[in-house]
Amino acid sequence: MLFGFEWDLSSPAAYAASILPILLIGMWVTIQATVIGFIVALVLGLVWAVLKAAPFRIIAWPATVMTEFIRDTPLLVQLFFLYYVLPEYGIVLPAFMTGTLALGIQYSAYTSEVYRAGIEAVAKYQHEAARALNLTPARTFTHIVVPQAVPRIVPAMGNYLVSIMKDVPVLSVVTVLEMLNVAKIVGDRTFNYLVPLSMVGGLYLVMTLVASAGVRLLDGWLPKQGVPLK
Amino acid sequence: MQLTDYIAPLMQGAWVTVQLTLYSTVLGAMLAFASGIGKLSRNRAINAICVAYIELFRGTSLLVQLFWLYFALPLAGSAMGLDLRLPPVLAGVLALSLNIGAYGAEVVRGAITAVHQDQREAARALNFSERQTLWDIVIPQAIPEMMPPFGNLAVQNLKDTALVSLISLGDLTFRAEQIRNYTQDSTTIYSMLLVMYFGMALVLTVMMRGLERYVTRWRRARS
Repeated sequence: MLFGFEWDLSSPAAYAASILPILLIGMWVTIQATVIGFIVALVLGLVWAVLKAAPFRIIAWPATVMTEFIRDTPLLVQLFFLYYVLPEYGIVLPAFMTGTLALGIQYSAYTSEVYRAGIEAVAKYQHEAARALNLTPARTFTHIVVPQAVPRIVPAMGNYLVSIMKDVPVLSVVTVLEMLNVAKIVGDRTFNYLVPLSMVGGLYLVMTLVASAGVRLLDGWLPKQGVPLK
Repeated sequence: MQLTDYIAPLMQGAWVTVQLTLYSTVLGAMLAFASGIGKLSRNRAINAICVAYIELFRGTSLLVQLFWLYFALPLAGSAMGLDLRLPPVLAGVLALSLNIGAYGAEVVRGAITAVHQDQREAARALNFSERQTLWDIVIPQAIPEMMPPFGNLAVQNLKDTALVSLISLGDLTFRAEQIRNYTQDSTTIYSMLLVMYFGMALVLTVMMRGLERYVTRWRRARS
């Protein structure tokens, strides 16, 4: 029994049906971790992008090195680092929070590049035109650059959302009860891993297909010319 | 236990990580070529198999694939009367290369379709067979386009090898975990671990750049 649901081992089909609600509870945790990790990645990635674009090398260079370091080291090790090292300095977070923080930090290195590429893709003559029209740099950025960068950034961010979703099972190592961990526990107790683990694979396919379809829909809906801010 | 005592077991683990990365990257590249080219095949059966493989392994999580191969496959095997119990090394290499191969397949397919149509028409005008066109005209031009994304995938693969420590394979992360359980010295051990992975990733990046220069040498020779 797990989360109050009994399993029925009489046949594979009955077993699958009886553990589906348990896996769906795990799936809900997976979705929450994905969304929170994605939000952290979006915000932190923007911070990195701004720092890397800073005109002073003393700010830009450490930010570049830091994002390279984050990008080139495994999520699992970063997660262990946060989970075991932070408490030694008095920062004790629940496992779920540590896990989503690790996901967000890992993917912030990727999203910062998306922001940079999206902003740099806005053609140079746009800046010159804005200057000719006597717009201030701040107004050029918010009213000319950002609206045109958004449609370029959204699809790439969507791909990272799907990647984050696929990395959530790593959080199981710090006791987060996401879908894979739940399936593993069911397997440990029933000595049958085949059904729960195959179901997790199937449910993952459904989740990634739905998420990719959502991203494509959003991408198609965004006007390619730019998003007006008003 | 002193800091210097960490070095020997970590190096042992690092060697396992290097081997895993090497085997799974090479095997993954083969799978990528086979399924990337297969996805462009006009043969329905080959096309369907390749599309199914790519979608299955890109659509699910690597850790799920790894656990499935290690925990669930033996049960599927015994149901069919086969012994499919894989040793951790084999399960690890298989999961890693199947996963990276599926991502690489999209790179291979993209690079092949990006070769200009004129090249195919010229090959046809010169009476090249389809096989010759693919291997002697299209693929040599497609490979340089594949190299930058392949470099990223190789680093991705190196990072993913850390997950095999979860099926009790003695890689770098596994050794570090063992030392941490013994000494409780989390800060030192995980900092060393991060730096070691970073160093390996830098070496791998340099190696992939070298490989890129090697496969694009014909471009420089021409100009």
